[in-house]
Amino acid sequence: MKIFLFILTLFFFSSNLFSSENSSKSMPKHNWSFNGISGTFDKAALQRGYQVYSEVCSGCHSMKLLYYRDLLDIGFSESEVKSIASEYTVIDGPDDEGEMFERSARPSDRFVGPFLNENEARANNNGSYPADLSVIIKAKKYGEDYIYNLLLGYKETPSGIEIGDGMYYNQWMQGNQIAMPAPLYDESVDYEDGTENNAEQLAEDVVTFLKWAAEPELEIRKNLGIKVILFFFILGIIVLLAKNRLWKEVY
Amino acid sequence: MSGKSEPKKYKNPFLNWIEFRLPIISYFEKEYGDYPMPKNCNYFWSFGALASILLVVLIISGIFIAMNYTPHTDMAFDSVERIMRDVNYGWLLRYIHSNGAAFFFIIVYIHMLRGMYYGSYKYPRELNWILGVFIYLLMMITSFLGYTLPWGQMSYWGATVITNLFSAIPIVGEGLKTWLLGDYTVGNATLNRFFALHYVLPFVIFGVVGLHVVAVHVHGSNNPSGIDVKSKNDTVRFFPYMLLKDTLAVCVMGVLISAVIFFGPNIMAEVDNYIPADPLVTPAHIVPNWYLAPFYAILRAIPDKLGGVALMFASIAILFILPWLDTSKVRSCNYRPLYKWFMMLFFINFFILGYVGLKPAEGLYLLIARLGLIYYFGFFLIITPLMKWIEKPKELPASISEVYSGAVDNLSSSTTRSNMH
Amino acid sequence: MSENPNEKRRDFLQLSTITLGTVGSAAFIWPFLKSMNPAEDTLALGSTEVDISGIEEGKSITVKWRGKPVFIKRRTQQEIKEAKEVALTELKDPVEDVNRVQKEEWLVLVGICTHLGCVPLGQKMTDTKGDFNGWYCPCHGSHYDTSGRIRKGPAPNNLDVPPYSFLNDTTIKIG
Repeated sequence: MKIFLFILTLFFFSSNLFSSENSSKSMPKHNWSFNGISGTFDKAALQRGYQVYSEVCSGCHSMKLLYYRDLLDIGFSESEVKSIASEYTVIDGPDDEGEMFERSARPSDRFVGPFLNENEARANNNGSYPADLSVIIKAKKYGEDYIYNLLLGYKETPSGIEIGDGMYYNQWMQGNQIAMPAPLYDESVDYEDGTENNAEQLAEDVVTFLKWAAEPELEIRKNLGIKVILFFFILGIIVLLAKNRLWKEVY
Repeated sequence: MSGKSEPKKYKNPFLNWIEFRLPIISYFEKEYGDYPMPKNCNYFWSFGALASILLVVLIISGIFIAMNYTPHTDMAFDSVERIMRDVNYGWLLRYIHSNGAAFFFIIVYIHMLRGMYYGSYKYPRELNWILGVFIYLLMMITSFLGYTLPWGQMSYWGATVITNLFSAIPIVGEGLKTWLLGDYTVGNATLNRFFALHYVLPFVIFGVVGLHVVAVHVHGSNNPSGIDVKSKNDTVRFFPYMLLKDTLAVCVMGVLISAVIFFGPNIMAEVDNYIPADPLVTPAHIVPNWYLAPFYAILRAIPDKLGGVALMFASIAILFILPWLDTSKVRSCNYRPLYKWFMMLFFINFFILGYVGLKPAEGLYLLIARLGLIYYFGFFLIITPLMKWIEKPKELPASISEVYSGAVDNLSSSTTRSNMH
Repeated sequence: MSENPNEKRRDFLQLSTITLGTVGSAAFIWPFLKSMNPAEDTLALGSTEVDISGIEEGKSITVKWRGKPVFIKRRTQQEIKEAKEVALTELKDPVEDVNRVQKEEWLVLVGICTHLGCVPLGQKMTDTKGDFNGWYCPCHGSHYDTSGRIRKGPAPNNLDVPPYSFLNDTTIKIG
C-alpha cells in the first residue's frame, strides 16, 4: 500500500503530468541565475534586459502591469526612474476646462504601451496582436526556456515547407510560423557596462528581465520558503520524538 | 426540579461559568479529549484533520484576497495581478489559496480512498459517507466557481464549456443555461454571481463538515481491520495520542505544501490562465483544473452531448449509493483478498482517467478514457455487488488489541495474521 | 525505575512543541494582517507635486492630496503682517506664524475644518473670508486667520499643515 502511494506521488509531480498538449521536441534548458532553491536576480542583467525591452520590444509590446516605480527594484535610483518615466507621455484629465491633456509620465504611472488599444496594435502588425509581456513567462509552458529558445530560434525556412505571407520560420513556435520577425541580432543593442552584446546575451538578459516582470517576488519567496520549510521540518522532528515517546506505552 | 442532568463542575470558575450556560467545555472534553479512537488507526486516519485545517486556511486566505479582488470583467485579471505585485504579501496569500485548493483535493481524495478501502462507508456509517460525498460535490462546484475569478483564458473558456453542458438538457436546457449565466454568454453578470457564490459555499462546506464530524463521533471511527471496538483495550484517548499523530501529519503536509507554494507555485496551474480572457480566441486545449479531470474524461468519452453530461453526473451520483452496492459484511479490504485488487485497480483507473482528462480527447487518449469509464461503472455496478457470491473473505481477528499487538509498524496497512485466537 | 529523566524529556518536548506551534501560528497570521496595510500602488500615490508658478499674489488654489483638499495660498505682504502681529494669548491653539510656513509668502494647509470635517470657504474671490480675513467654515461658524489658525468658533485646532517641501522655486511636493 505504501509503495503504491509512493509511486502515485511520484507520477503526480513528474513534470509532464499536467501538460495538456503533446511536446514533440524536448525543450533545451538554459542556466538561469534565478533557478533553484536559492535563485536570485542579477540586477545588472535586469537593467540590461530592461534596456533591450525598451529599445527593441517596446515598439510593439506593452507591459501594462508594470509601473515605472517598479524599476527601483532592479537597481535604478529614484532620480533615474523619474527621468525614465518622464520620457513617456500619458493622457490625463479632465482639467478645469473639461479637456483631456497630455503630461509626462511619473513613477506612479503604468508603463506606457506603444498602441492605444488592441485594434490599433493589430492594424499596425498585419492583424497580429503583439502580446503584453508583463506575465508572458508564466503564460507559456516552459516559461523562460521557451521564450529564450524562441527568440533565438529563427532559421531559414527549410526546403519543402510553405509559410504564409508576412510570417517567419521559427523552430519553437507552435506550427513553426511566427508573425514577429527575429528581434535580436548580435550587437543590436549597445550595453554601457561593456557586457558582450551578442544575440544570446541579449536574449538571456531580456528573458531575465521578463522573468522578474512576471515574478518580482521571486527572491523574497524563495528566501521565506527555506525558513518555512525548515520550521515545519524542525517542528516535525520534535513532534515525532514526542509522539514516539508517548506511543511507546501503547505498544 | 429541572430533570436535566447536572452540568459538570470545574475547578476553574471561568470554565464553570461558561459550562453552566453552554456546556461547550464538557463537549470538547468528551469529543476531543476522552474520545476513544481505535489504537490501530494508521496515518490515513489523519487526513480528515488535514482536510479541515486546509479548509480553514482556504477560507482565511480567501477572505483576505477578497479584500483586494474586483469581480468585474474589465478589472478582475488586473486586480489579481495587483494582489500579486502591490498588496503586501499578496503573492503569498494568492499562492496559498490556489495551491491550498489543489492540496485540499489531494488530501480529500486520499481520505476518500481510505474510506473506500477500509469500508468506512458501511453500516453504521452510511450517512457519514453520504455527507462526505456531498462535501466533495460542494468542493467541485466551489473550485469551479473560484477558477473563473481570475478571468484568464481558462477561466472564461472552462466556464463556457461547463455551462454549455446545461443546454444539453432537453426542453429546459437553454433557458436554464441563460438563467445560470445571467446573459447569453459567459460575461460580467456571470463573473459577479460566481464570485458571490464562491464566497458563500465554503461556509456551507464548513457546516456540512461539522455534521460529518459529529456523525463520525456517534459510532466512533473505523480502523484498518474493519472490526468493531470491543473493549477499552482496543482504544486510546484522542488527547494526546491522536492529536500528536495528527500534528505530525500536519508538519509533513506543511513541508510538502510549502515546497510547492514557495518553490513551484505554478506547477499545478494551467499556463493559459495567465492570458487575459478573450472571447474571440479559443485556446488550443480547454481543460479544467486537474482535480476535476477524471470527470472531464468521462464527459468527453461519450460522443453524444447529453449522454456525456448524463454519464458525468451519474459517475458522481453513483458514489452516494456505494453503501448499498456493497453487501459484504466485511469492511476492510485487508480481509477481502479478491476485492482488494479490484479496489486498487479502481484507484489506478481513476488516476488514469484524470491523466487522459487533461489530454486532447482523441486517438489513444479517447480509447483509454472509454475503457476507464467502463471499468469505473463496472466496478460499482457489477464487481462490487458480485463479491458477495464469489469472494471468500479472510478470517477476521477476534479484536483490535489482538491485531495491534501483531503490527509493529503503524504505517503498514496489512496484517499478516489471519488465524488468531 | 526513575521517572524523572523521562518526565523531564517529555516536558521539554511538550514545551518545545507548544512553543514552536504558537510561534508558528503567530508567524502564519502575520502576513495576513500585513496584507491589510496600504498596498504599493496606494503608497505611490501618497505624494503629489504641484506647480505653483501660475499662482498670483493674493490668490489661492486647491489641490487633492491623499483624497483630501489642500489649500496653497500666495500671501500678500499685508496678510503676512497681520499673521505675525497676532499675540499668542489671543489664540486657542497658540502657534507662531513663522512655525507654520517654510517660505512666509506660501501658506500650505489641509482644507478640512478641525471641528467636524467640512471644507471651509475662502479659496474663491467671491467667498467670504470670515472675520479674520482667512477662511470661514459655514457648517458651524469657525473663523480662521491669514495663517489658518482658529480664532473664533467651535473648532479646537488650527488648520493642519501637511508635510511638504519645495523641490524648487516653482514646485511643491506634498506628502
